[in-house]
Amino acid sequence: MGAEGIGAAVRRKEDFRFLTGRGNYTDDINRPGQTHAFILRSQVAHAEIAKVDTAKAAMAPGVVAIFTGTDFAADGKGGLPCGWLVKNKDGSNMQEPPHPVLAQGKVRHVGDPIAVVIAETREQAKDAAELIEVDLKELPAVATMAEAVKPGAPKIHEGGNVCYDWHLGDKDACEAAFKGAHKVAKIDLVNNRLVPNAMEPRAAIGDFDRATGEYTLYTTSQNPHVIRLLMGAFVLQIPESRLRVVAPDVGGGFGSKIYHYAEEAIVTWASAKVGRPIKWTCERSESFMSDAHGRDHVSHAEMAMDKDGRFLALRVKTDANMGAYLSTFAPAIPTYLYATLLAGVYTTPVVYAEVRALFTNTLPVDAYRGAGRPEATFLLERLVDVCAAEMGMDRLEIRKRNFIPANAFPYQTPVALQYDSGDYQATLATALKNSDWAGFEARRAAAKKRGKLRGIGISTYIEACGIAPSAVVGSLGARAGLYECANIRVHPTGSVTVFTGCHSHGQGHETTYAQLVADRLGIPLEQIEVSHGDTNKIPFGMGTYGSRSLAVGGTAIVKALDKIVDKAKKIAAHLLEAAPADIELKDGKFVVAGTDKAKAFGEISLAAYVPHNYPIDTVEPGLEETAFYDPKNFTFPGGCHICEVEIDPDTGVTKVVKFTAVDDVGRVINPMIVEGQVHGGLAQGIGQALLETCVYDDKGQLRSGSYMDYTMPRADDLPSFDVATQITLCTHNPLGVKGVGEVGAIGSPPAVINAVVDALKEWGVRHIDMPATPQKIWGIINSGRQAAAE
Amino acid sequence: MYEFAYHKPASIADAAKLLAADGDAKAMAGGQTLIPTLKQRLAKPSAVVDLSGVKELGGISVGGGKVTIGAMTRHADVAASADVKKALPALAALAGGIGDPAVRNRGTIGGSIANNDPAADYPAACLGLGATIKTDKREIPADAFFKGMFETALEPGELIVAVTFPVPEKAAYMKFDQPASRYALVGVFVAKTATGARVAVTGAGSSVFRWKDAEAALSKTWSAAALDGVKASAAGLNADIHGSAEYRAHLIGVMAKRAVEKA
Repeated sequence: MGAEGIGAAVRRKEDFRFLTGRGNYTDDINRPGQTHAFILRSQVAHAEIAKVDTAKAAMAPGVVAIFTGTDFAADGKGGLPCGWLVKNKDGSNMQEPPHPVLAQGKVRHVGDPIAVVIAETREQAKDAAELIEVDLKELPAVATMAEAVKPGAPKIHEGGNVCYDWHLGDKDACEAAFKGAHKVAKIDLVNNRLVPNAMEPRAAIGDFDRATGEYTLYTTSQNPHVIRLLMGAFVLQIPESRLRVVAPDVGGGFGSKIYHYAEEAIVTWASAKVGRPIKWTCERSESFMSDAHGRDHVSHAEMAMDKDGRFLALRVKTDANMGAYLSTFAPAIPTYLYATLLAGVYTTPVVYAEVRALFTNTLPVDAYRGAGRPEATFLLERLVDVCAAEMGMDRLEIRKRNFIPANAFPYQTPVALQYDSGDYQATLATALKNSDWAGFEARRAAAKKRGKLRGIGISTYIEACGIAPSAVVGSLGARAGLYECANIRVHPTGSVTVFTGCHSHGQGHETTYAQLVADRLGIPLEQIEVSHGDTNKIPFGMGTYGSRSLAVGGTAIVKALDKIVDKAKKIAAHLLEAAPADIELKDGKFVVAGTDKAKAFGEISLAAYVPHNYPIDTVEPGLEETAFYDPKNFTFPGGCHICEVEIDPDTGVTKVVKFTAVDDVGRVINPMIVEGQVHGGLAQGIGQALLETCVYDDKGQLRSGSYMDYTMPRADDLPSFDVATQITLCTHNPLGVKGVGEVGAIGSPPAVINAVVDALKEWGVRHIDMPATPQKIWGIINSGRQAAAE
Repeated sequence: MYEFAYHKPASIADAAKLLAADGDAKAMAGGQTLIPTLKQRLAKPSAVVDLSGVKELGGISVGGGKVTIGAMTRHADVAASADVKKALPALAALAGGIGDPAVRNRGTIGGSIANNDPAADYPAACLGLGATIKTDKREIPADAFFKGMFETALEPGELIVAVTFPVPEKAAYMKFDQPASRYALVGVFVAKTATGARVAVTGAGSSVFRWKDAEAALSKTWSAAALDGVKASAAGLNADIHGSAEYRAHLIGVMAKRAVEKA
């Protein structure tokens, strides 16, 4: 079964339905008697709600019901919970203000839901929403983090605009190290705010069954069990046994579909109120003002170095935007998924990071592909280039000199993490070779002849994924465990269904997981189905994010397979009249070691369900096993990305002309899927570096609120990628896998900006914030030219 | 979108009658601006008069030093027309660079210029070539047609029938895409005609306009170098998150030179 097992580049099983338009997305589902919801949202960023009068709207044609925050609260229902508690420097809890499902008393960002109109058609709901009289007393808005901390700034919540002031690392040791430094490199940078923009907008259908008292929520989620837990326990008080959450085919998430959103609670709750199913489907422009955004950091960082350019200590101060409310995992992103990565791939002995999380009158900000690690990587890999410039050293040499050596693993960083494996010299060497780094100066000279500024940039990154050991994250404030669950059901004739608590929304689990089973049981891929996304089918699950599906979810599958094989061997031993210890599973057959006596897998499964000749005294009939796996550590993918750009000095346009990625993602199950994941991540990373940015004006209005102004990367913005893997195995999971979903988005942005800075070096540029737009680059060149002329 | 009546007349006369009878009715050509506007509930016409059934509004004719494009001719048809490519390649290239394939297969020249989006491409060709816009009532020179942002010389209910472009000695259009929308952040159409050079700029201002200083320089010497000392003024130009007025002014110069080189 080598052709279909681990390491085989088999085509994705799910693609037939996706490519032929036969996917089944939430909006494709229609329930009998279904109504449609439209959410009336705030058009202003900050206001007191003086009055919401729905009387006229309620009389409009087709209207079934209208609810406001007052109705929701009157029903005793709660607000949206936050899943992570971060502590302040002094040990006190972060400020955790209420996050109403429908606004109560105040609106705090453009898009904040004020009322829901439920009508026979979507158009009727929209028509009626225009008749709702909303009297808002507008308040001054806090549009930026700088405004949020100004003395006398308008308070978004009663407790003010600071969510927490947190730190990590040894401050005293850090200051001592800086005192002894030969040189210090400094940088101020912004990690630009992004809008996730999954291809499928969010949608939700609430369906309450009056006969059984059961609720069903169909939703675009990356983690239906988490939604069931959060919404059932904290918002609507529905026991799990009466709440089913289904996340069918989901068209991309990138983090934005992890969180429990207001609309899910609204349609579920209201379906019981009106006694009919309710569908809500987000429109694209609505998604810009209702999906959690990503990134949005402002940082200052300094690296102390000795006379040889060795890193002595790093200190970082970061302000992280939370938006107006705390989204589900928001507090964890700029802390435990960010500051813990600031050692990077280097032996920096001391790191001290201070992070303030601030509220502003903007959309909530939460994890977005990479979640904290791209922010850490961008800061560090930009700073390392500045270090090289400060020391007058080569960019490669300073990296090599500070790399954690390949023989130093397991390696304990000063910021909590223990890396299990990696070889940064090796991934660097391969990337240098694949990118023809040595030949760059000739390419730069050739570009100059064509009037173009060519630059090359490098990023040697690490990230942490496969989240996460439950006890560890619990001690850090997580209000959930982060294990995963798998159930393997072998059917009587030997076909297999894998039920996984992870969720696939582009990752290709139906193929990769099936390959794990094919590899182990030796049965063909076509006999294996993977089922996910339904809390009534799957025992439990924590879902898909943080590149955890294989390292955690895949390991749970392996553990369940262990149990299956173990039991099957006992059955085989009985049938073959041998001892279980003598049974081997080889090429889909159970063989008595050293003999030609064998039983096919299908014969064993049949015996398990038709137990006529069966060890019934010691073995139960049936062949189905469940395993929960709690990971022992994070996994640590890393690698090297090299970007080459050409800049047109007359217009400021940057073109990525070459991109080389060498990633260590641990063992590769399906190389084609791995390559695809890296491609997608690179597109998003290059998008962040050159194109994408979410802009609010000083009143908190979204200026980049549609594709007219928010620049999504397109195919012609990207070069043909040169992607390779060079692996070391993860040492603490049986597959040796690390994760691949986010590496592209994490490693690439600094490689791009380092290349842009390199291209502009004749203008004395040390840093340029993302996105490096044509206007920004032309501004640098133009002032440089003017200065040169003076 | 809000509810509206839908009419699909078969003749210019019927279309004009429908529009005359109802001041809140809106004519629809390709619908590439109108439909999104309706979907966003930014317009509430009582009726939409769909011109796609009016055969008299279609067609391309080339001859006598002129290229005439019927108002309902789709961008993709202009881009693909062998006659246009031969007689006025700059126009075919411009049409082939509007929007994306979906837009080009629905959008029309009449719809584009009647809408007069400040970042649309066709107005630059009309003004840059000194086209004549023929309506169901009269003929309007391009210089008198584009009045301001989304404003034209068209009277209520007046329909564009065709646009006639004189064939120049040389012409070219260069567009700098707004990165997100890929409308023209700045688009410059240059033409060398018997009566001198014409330079029309779109995207940069509130409406398409002629860059007279560049025309004077190019009328003297038709070369990119002739524009070396000519600077477009930033005064009154558009500014947004993608480009300040100064950046747009700079790009006008760059695109004009590149257009001259390409012509």
